[in-house]
Amino acid sequence: MSFNYETYLRNDKMPTQWCSGCGLGNLMKAIIRAMTDCGIGNNDASIISGIGCSGRMSSYIDCNTLHTPHGRTLPYATGLKLSRPDKHVIVVSGDGDSMAIGGNHFIHTCRRNIDITLIVANNFTYGLTGGQFSPTTPANSWAPTAPYGTLEPQFDICEMAQASGATFVARSTVANLKHLTEMIRLGLEHKGTSVVEVISNCHVNFGRRNKHPEAPEMVNWIRQCCVDQDVIEVLPLEDLEGKFVVGVLSKKERPEYTAQWAKFVEKVQHEH
Amino acid sequence: MSGNAVIAEAAIAAGCRFYAGYPITPSSEIAAVMAEELPKVGGVFIQMEDEIASMGAIIGASLGGMKALTATSGPGFSLKQENLGFACMAEVPCVVVNVMRGGPSTGLPTLPAQGDVMQARWGTHGDHPIIALYPADLTEMYWQTVRAFNLAEKYRTPVILLSDELLGHMSERVEIPDASELTIIDRRKPDVAPDQYLPYDVKTELVPPMANFFEGYRYHVTGLTHDETGFPTEDPDLAEAQLRRLMLKVSANADDIMEWEEDGLADAEVAIFAYGAAARSARAAIAELRAAGIKVGLFRPITIWPFPEAALVKAVSHAKALFVVEMNMGQMIREVERGIRDVPIVGIHKVSGQPIDPEEIVLTVREFLEGKVTLPQKAVYQMSV
Repeated sequence: MSFNYETYLRNDKMPTQWCSGCGLGNLMKAIIRAMTDCGIGNNDASIISGIGCSGRMSSYIDCNTLHTPHGRTLPYATGLKLSRPDKHVIVVSGDGDSMAIGGNHFIHTCRRNIDITLIVANNFTYGLTGGQFSPTTPANSWAPTAPYGTLEPQFDICEMAQASGATFVARSTVANLKHLTEMIRLGLEHKGTSVVEVISNCHVNFGRRNKHPEAPEMVNWIRQCCVDQDVIEVLPLEDLEGKFVVGVLSKKERPEYTAQWAKFVEKVQHEH
Repeated sequence: MSGNAVIAEAAIAAGCRFYAGYPITPSSEIAAVMAEELPKVGGVFIQMEDEIASMGAIIGASLGGMKALTATSGPGFSLKQENLGFACMAEVPCVVVNVMRGGPSTGLPTLPAQGDVMQARWGTHGDHPIIALYPADLTEMYWQTVRAFNLAEKYRTPVILLSDELLGHMSERVEIPDASELTIIDRRKPDVAPDQYLPYDVKTELVPPMANFFEGYRYHVTGLTHDETGFPTEDPDLAEAQLRRLMLKVSANADDIMEWEEDGLADAEVAIFAYGAAARSARAAIAELRAAGIKVGLFRPITIWPFPEAALVKAVSHAKALFVVEMNMGQMIREVERGIRDVPIVGIHKVSGQPIDPEEIVLTVREFLEGKVTLPQKAVYQMSV
């Protein structure tokens, strides 16, 4: 039986503005499936996105949605979550939005361990503005702002999340809807800051300049680059070069921020 | 009680239950009092990673239904402009305090100035409405803080509460009103079914009702130019209609928003225009000049934006001269000039980080009356003191 997405979609906004074959469509399907699996109703969640192609996500999902300035999703999400700790706050950001202009917010949100699910669509590029290189663009890639190849080394989003204190960190790709749905579901269920990095294809503005100009081929390339977290320990290190390690990379228990605040308020009120 | 503490106390009395901030002199005491008091009333205090984040967090909290405050000073106010523009555009009520210090850049962190009055008006990009209040004593600070929240809720817009290092760190006797004396305004919620709700309606009223998130009204909030449902549009008619309504909701309600003080202007041969801490210097100078038989009066805008131009023109048009006293290089004086056509305007400006000494005003007024300052009609003469 086919899955019915319509309960969560703003059907009058379809079709999406994303390019044909863009991985963000699959990401949206996975988010909706994970919300369904978790029993999250339309009035129980807010989708917050920033600027970039991923920023459009908030227009399409039928709940209270918020489309913030570039890189600022997490501060808005933090304020919203603190005002309504009982609701799910889901942030959909991109590699430029969360790793470059929003990098400071990223590390501090993870540090606080506030119950926000952050989904970072990593397509290695600023797709919406025409394919400029981002903090996750692999070295020696081509971009309009790197006409002779990129010099800079790339961020590993999941390593950043773990180092900053996020208590649930996972990676998946748009090439495997089932796995992606599962990672997002686990992120939604986790109490604390969850970061799910989603490798996505921008064949139009990244792939075209970097040997992956067609969506099916680029998605296949992503699929072939995946190595499951469960098997990395038995693989020689050189086999992990250029690969995406997918799965739950870390899950820890640490007090969640809004729960801690509620306890703190109780304590202060008791003492005064 | 210090001016900064007064703001915090009044904010809580006004119903503020969320504060996000970042440490900055000379506003930090506001955060300190909020950190102490908010948990007692079940509110939320959070120190964010930077000024940008603090502004973002109060917008998020306001969308969730809380009255929210942040406080800062010049350098932080610059950083807040991005998200402040979002609050204007998306019509999210919130209050931003700017305790002004000397600038530009890091400037004079512990010393007073009034250099951000134009930034309060035009700091964020694009045409946008703004309300800015600037009290001159600490009892008034209390009332204007409450009023800032009320105006934010009533007009669904950010309100800037201006202060300065002098007011922020000074102490004086403050008459704290009883809670029963305060009028508290809350945002108007929609009374239609969710599928009928137009969060940015341009046709029926200037300030459409505001639904909080998670209450069944599932709308979209964006900084993009949007239609009446909140979704992005590039339709020229809709874009123009939205921005015109946005501006009009403040300008058409200016009579409700504007407050000012006129003191001793009826018989005044010389008028002084001053606001905030500079108005305190002006008051002292006026008392001395009056004691010497010179008839001087004060016009003091309490609402800086929208600017009470018509009231100013009416109040000072009979004066021989209008002295504009500011702790900046001459900012509001340009606004004064736009309205005043037939009265010579003399600027008294000081940017040393020191308050304006009333004697400096007295001396300038006396020199003018003795004819030592010759003024071409309608010209602005700027006197450095």
